[in-house]
Amino acid sequence: MSARIFIPCDSAALAVGADEVAQAFQDHAAARGLVVDVQRNSSRGLFWLEPLLEVQTEQGRIAYGPVSPEDVPSLLAADVLHGGAHPLCLGPTEQIPFLAQQQRLTFARMGITRPLSLEDYAAHGGWQGLQQALSQSSEAVVQTVLDSGLRGRGGAAFPAGIKWRTVLGAVSTQKYVVCNADEGDSGTFSDRMTLEGDPFMLIEGMVIAGLAVGATQGFIYIRSEYPHAIATMRQAIALCESAGFLGSDVMGSGQAFALQVRKAAGSYVCGEETAMLESIEGKRGIVRAKPPLPAIEGLFGQPTVINNVITLASVPLILAKGSAFYKNFGVGRSTGTLPFQLAGNIRHGGLVERAFGLTLRELLFDFGGGSRSGRPIKAVQVGGPLGAYVPESQWDVPLDYEAYAAIGAVVGHGGIVVHDDSANMAQLARYAMAFCALESCGKCTPCRIGSTRGVETIDRLRNSADKTQPVKLLRDLCDTMLNGSLCAMGGMTPYPVLSALNHYPEDFGLTAPAPSVE
Amino acid sequence: MHHAPDSNNWTWLQPLLTQHQGQAGGLLPLLHDIQDRMGFVPAGAVPLIAQAMNLSRAEVHGVISYYHHFRTEAPGQHVVQICRAEACQACGGEALMDQAQASLGCAEHETSADGRFTLESVYCLGLCASSPAVQIGDRLHARMDPAKLKQLLAVAGGAR
Repeated sequence: MSARIFIPCDSAALAVGADEVAQAFQDHAAARGLVVDVQRNSSRGLFWLEPLLEVQTEQGRIAYGPVSPEDVPSLLAADVLHGGAHPLCLGPTEQIPFLAQQQRLTFARMGITRPLSLEDYAAHGGWQGLQQALSQSSEAVVQTVLDSGLRGRGGAAFPAGIKWRTVLGAVSTQKYVVCNADEGDSGTFSDRMTLEGDPFMLIEGMVIAGLAVGATQGFIYIRSEYPHAIATMRQAIALCESAGFLGSDVMGSGQAFALQVRKAAGSYVCGEETAMLESIEGKRGIVRAKPPLPAIEGLFGQPTVINNVITLASVPLILAKGSAFYKNFGVGRSTGTLPFQLAGNIRHGGLVERAFGLTLRELLFDFGGGSRSGRPIKAVQVGGPLGAYVPESQWDVPLDYEAYAAIGAVVGHGGIVVHDDSANMAQLARYAMAFCALESCGKCTPCRIGSTRGVETIDRLRNSADKTQPVKLLRDLCDTMLNGSLCAMGGMTPYPVLSALNHYPEDFGLTAPAPSVE
Repeated sequence: MHHAPDSNNWTWLQPLLTQHQGQAGGLLPLLHDIQDRMGFVPAGAVPLIAQAMNLSRAEVHGVISYYHHFRTEAPGQHVVQICRAEACQACGGEALMDQAQASLGCAEHETSADGRFTLESVYCLGLCASSPAVQIGDRLHARMDPAKLKQLLAVAGGAR
């Protein structure tokens, strides 16, 4: 039997030379007359260790990393194929503390299977959820999703089951399922990892959604900045069509579900669900006023389920193991797990799937190991560019939707961007406004004009001796944007701005805490 | 690589128009196919696109100009994208834009004088745990620093 090694094909591994390591391994192994089966798996999400090389041994997989092509000769000399000792050896992969402390439900296959292997997918629990769904009525499937407490993982945290029930109840000859894979938030990559690393899981979730609500057509809207994800999903769809998991007769059920990828075009606001619908319809990505809700009048005017990648990817497991199983994870109304993404200035950056309720401090230190620079952590932006900067005084608040809302922050899509003490929070607040100005769709005034005025006001605040007036103006402007914007783009840009101002007044040249508006 | 555009010859466009004409919401897929082939969406194609998709020229122009991804001029041989978003800023990403401008002798949204590189900002490549990140052509590069970027650009620039 030939030795088997695994080198990930995830973008984050490719970006640090995984292809070169795989090639070097094949070349050097061949030169030594060794027969090695080099498999390209998905990534475990321990990105500081990429390229991570794993070897299949009788004791399970043994990990080595981060591996460069230059390390390959010494690895082979150290008998890596039998788990031999080497300075890069990390021991059994699943005992690496970062991984061992996780609760991987949705990401259970991540790093283990080959993304486009239907055989691997089926061997690791794939299609069990769909089989369950096919044996139940539509109403029962929707009820299971409702009972699981699953909420939208894109950021808005709206109960998925309620959306599904609304679409199920809507009467139309054509309904749609749309997967929002326009993961534009800095600090997030869980959608990308799923699209690139476990595409069949997303397809299975979408087929279940389609069967549950009576939709026969699905779209996956993927950002153009994710070319590997687009390529993988397209191949995965083709494989599922050939194998009968998609098409006119899903798994012999007589029910139809077709799926296609739509490539986005670099507009951040198209991650907002109605702008995304406009974009899929071939138009400019301008936000729609609600109502009507997309569940009633969505894509091409038809009832449409819109969910984020992780929401849909969570569904197969919920169907396979039952709503109670999933609901037992988490706290309060934040049930299940969230794939948190540790990013920015963090020593051990990567994906941490855990039940809701752990704290930022646990993520930053127990998982992340502190800052990458070695300097003190100053601020942590949770929930993407529209999320608040969370200061150390709030790092012990449990990460659940309600607890974060109570401190004026958001969990969002679970992105966590760490900044050390070299960060200038006034600069980051300015960036938030500038980003909003760049990406605003322009439909509503608070967002379109407010963001530009916000940049100007922050500049004035930073540069002028009189701070009182610009602070008052900035708070007033943020209030208008918060309450007057059509969508989260303008409506949440004040979160990073105000949290920076409130928690780090000194960065704005303010000596005392910034005065609040009356 | 990309075909040189010929302003008088649009025969290459016809199959693409035919392919997307009946497709619901086909304008974005069509524009992607055009840009994938040509490197940009030539202005001369707009009236033909409008006619084929039963849209006004203004509508087609509106879509092209709305999305950052679509270009209306030919880019350099390699498009260099520097991530400017928060996770990359947190690890020194801004210095990469400075380095790229110095190496290429052009500003953001511009093409270097030798036509080899077009410099762009990008807001997130999804490599936020291995920041800062850049993309040169089709290749992603993470855990970058200015010295590594300088080297990569020198290699991509190649021998004259």
